[in-house]
Amino acid sequence: MRLRLVPQNTNWDFFSRPTLWLGISAVMIVLALVSFGVRGLNYGIDFKGGTTIRTESAQAVDVGAYRDAMVTLGLGDVVITEVFDPNFRDDQNVAMIRIEAQEGQESVTPEVIEQTRTALQGVSPDIKFVSVESVGPKVSGELIQTAAIAVVLAIGAVLIYIWLRFEWQFALGAVIALVHDVVLTIGVFSEVGIRFDLTTIAALLTIVGYSLNDTVVVFDRVRENLIKYKSKDLKEVLNISINETLSRTFMTSFTTLLALIALFVLGGDVIRGFVFAMIWGVIVGTYSSIFVASAILLRLGVKRDWTKPTDTTGNQFGNVDA
Amino acid sequence: MLQIDLWKRVLIWGVVALGLLFAMPNGFYTRVEQHNDAVKAIEAGADTSENREAASVWPSYLPSGLVNLGLDLRGGAHLLAEVRTGDVYASRMEALWPDVRDVLRPERDTVGTIRLVPSEPWELRVRISEPSGIDRALELVRGLARPVVSLTGAGSTDLEVRAEDNVIIVTLSEAEMQATDERTMQQSLEIIRRRIDEVGTREPTIQRQGSDRILIQVPGLGSAQELKDIIGTTAQLTFQPVVGRAASADDPAGVGNEILPSLDDEGVFYILEQAPVVTGEELTNAQPSFDQNGRPAVSFTFDATGARKFGDYTAQNIGSPFAIVLDDEVISAPVIQSHIPGGSGIITGNFTVEESTQLAVLLRAGALPAGLDFLEERTIGPELGQDSIDAGKIATIVAFAAVLIFMFASYGLFGVFANIALVVNIVLLFAVLSMLGATLTLPGIAGIVLTVGMAVDANVLVFERIREELKTARGPARAIELGYEKALSAIVDANITTFITAVILYVMGSGPVRGFAVTLGIGILTSVFTALFLTRVLIVMWFERRRPKTLEV
Repeated sequence: MRLRLVPQNTNWDFFSRPTLWLGISAVMIVLALVSFGVRGLNYGIDFKGGTTIRTESAQAVDVGAYRDAMVTLGLGDVVITEVFDPNFRDDQNVAMIRIEAQEGQESVTPEVIEQTRTALQGVSPDIKFVSVESVGPKVSGELIQTAAIAVVLAIGAVLIYIWLRFEWQFALGAVIALVHDVVLTIGVFSEVGIRFDLTTIAALLTIVGYSLNDTVVVFDRVRENLIKYKSKDLKEVLNISINETLSRTFMTSFTTLLALIALFVLGGDVIRGFVFAMIWGVIVGTYSSIFVASAILLRLGVKRDWTKPTDTTGNQFGNVDA
Repeated sequence: MLQIDLWKRVLIWGVVALGLLFAMPNGFYTRVEQHNDAVKAIEAGADTSENREAASVWPSYLPSGLVNLGLDLRGGAHLLAEVRTGDVYASRMEALWPDVRDVLRPERDTVGTIRLVPSEPWELRVRISEPSGIDRALELVRGLARPVVSLTGAGSTDLEVRAEDNVIIVTLSEAEMQATDERTMQQSLEIIRRRIDEVGTREPTIQRQGSDRILIQVPGLGSAQELKDIIGTTAQLTFQPVVGRAASADDPAGVGNEILPSLDDEGVFYILEQAPVVTGEELTNAQPSFDQNGRPAVSFTFDATGARKFGDYTAQNIGSPFAIVLDDEVISAPVIQSHIPGGSGIITGNFTVEESTQLAVLLRAGALPAGLDFLEERTIGPELGQDSIDAGKIATIVAFAAVLIFMFASYGLFGVFANIALVVNIVLLFAVLSMLGATLTLPGIAGIVLTVGMAVDANVLVFERIREELKTARGPARAIELGYEKALSAIVDANITTFITAVILYVMGSGPVRGFAVTLGIGILTSVFTALFLTRVLIVMWFERRRPKTLEV
């Protein structure tokens, strides 16, 4: 007996309520944009400049005491958070300290680090700085720009590739689904307040790749079925194609999620935000390839007779009519 | 029907075997690393029995390429420095002044008196008292220009000379600025590399980024500050004529002069001519030594041009003091006792032995031609790196096991084939990473885990297709064949699009993100290979042996 995530032969109608699904997506996108506009993103130092220090000590972290110790240093905005992770040993108490970019300095001066160390040693004498990272405002500005360009380039490249391999309607459907996924992911980062840094951009681009992977598999089947079922209308063909690939869609999403969840739980706190973005992306990407990409393809319609040479180009033989 | 040519089978298994061979060293990481370090040391001349013993822990006929661990996994220091290329224009202009003076001096009758006028650092302004002589003066100064030595700047000269009333303004030409920037970057890279090598750490990364930036990563170093100290922001050595002494740094120095403090004696300031006689760039060697009184000192040797300049200057200025200046501090200002012709000399000062050794190292490695601004610095402790490796290992193993079990539960025997392919996939991934000498970062580990999850996709596509074809096709062999055939376009399209994003990530990203792009991209290639070729060979071999009448996928 084989394990099956979906029944062997499904015949579900995915387009019985097209407005509903597109509506849900539209509402979620609006929510994401509103959250992005109102709350903004919790940018990491990669994008905002500043310094983060990761501390470790045997005593429990007392955020209040840390803050009090650092207030006197006059470093401006200081954010202190305790970090929890199941992998930590009992005597491993970790905190992240973030110091805003200092006026007139590109990167942190050793004096600031030493002052901080001395101040915190007053609170917990055995404190260690396991990592210190500092990014100047000059670089962080450029990093945002490069990241934005990377995402746009990726989407553009994909648009062109699918356009060449399929038709423009497919490309547009796929790219709208991609933008949908990226916007929703940014929205979740904004709502939950997870740190948004360079690795998040990597995650975003991976989501772009993954979501596309899914969409392309469905579209590939649509293209095949459009030729196979010439008399059926587009909606029916789309439904058949999605149902036929449904088992594969779930299998792949499930194995990917299995791996990602293992990484989320066991991979340590350093990459948890990154993995979270990908888990979210896989779920949203799977949803969007059916309910967004295909739904849009249905709205746009496709040219059905693409196996035949078009009249305008003609062919090398004359037309013979009986 | 279901057939694969023998040569194809040999090729496929050959690739798998090669993959195993090249991935193997990573299974014995510390041992191979020990071997590699020892081999390097022996090549560098340290052919001791200890090193030989260390080298013998790993057979030399086996590949010894390892996947490098990134800073976030190994711990170490990371710096992104911007080179102030403009500094060089300023020193070029400073050095030009004596030449301009010398070329105008014989023509005093036409140009009158010559004066240096304060100006922006990247230009040289000289006022002549006879406005009518400006054309002659321009002609003479233009005569100092040299052709630009670079590919793009061919045909142009290095100086741009123009006049404003009776002031001559000299700047570097556009082409020369570009050529100078290029040279400054090359020099800076080389000097940083040499300084870091002097400390002898393993596998530092020193890379140029963009037009004027240098990325420096040194694994295993305690802090970014330590790295900065090694690089030394600007160890500029110059020999400058002394004009006199000053009471404080704020005294008037006079045009073309500067006031610098003494390194050892607090409150002592020297007025020096800005244009150096010789600079550290013309130094060929520097070694710690002792002076005639047995105090630590540094002896040095100039190259031919430096020796000539130094010789001429000392011959003409016996009895007057000159200053040895390091990083804008006067180390010492001895009086020239005699003509020093050989181009070698000795720097004395209140050095300890360590200081003289350090100074010699700095001098030998050469001065950085321009100052550095540090835009980004990161220090990762080795403990954090180890924690990340441990967490990453466990997560990968669990992810792997979960996917293997799930695939077997879903596809039975075919699931086993896919699982073998998945294991080989990871082996190949590590083999390629080792061969390329690629760097594994924490997001890179995430890339591997993601590959584990996604690698089965191609197999899933094929298997699902075979299931479908079984319903309609004539017999299992045909179903398998059609399954592969029809799934191909979906596999290719899906993977190419993901690969496109990996390439963009690689090109646009830096550091850890790039590490992720590398593992993701290679993972896509290896997973397509294993899914399209390896599982197919496995299935065909199984099919040939069993000849099943029915198929359950």
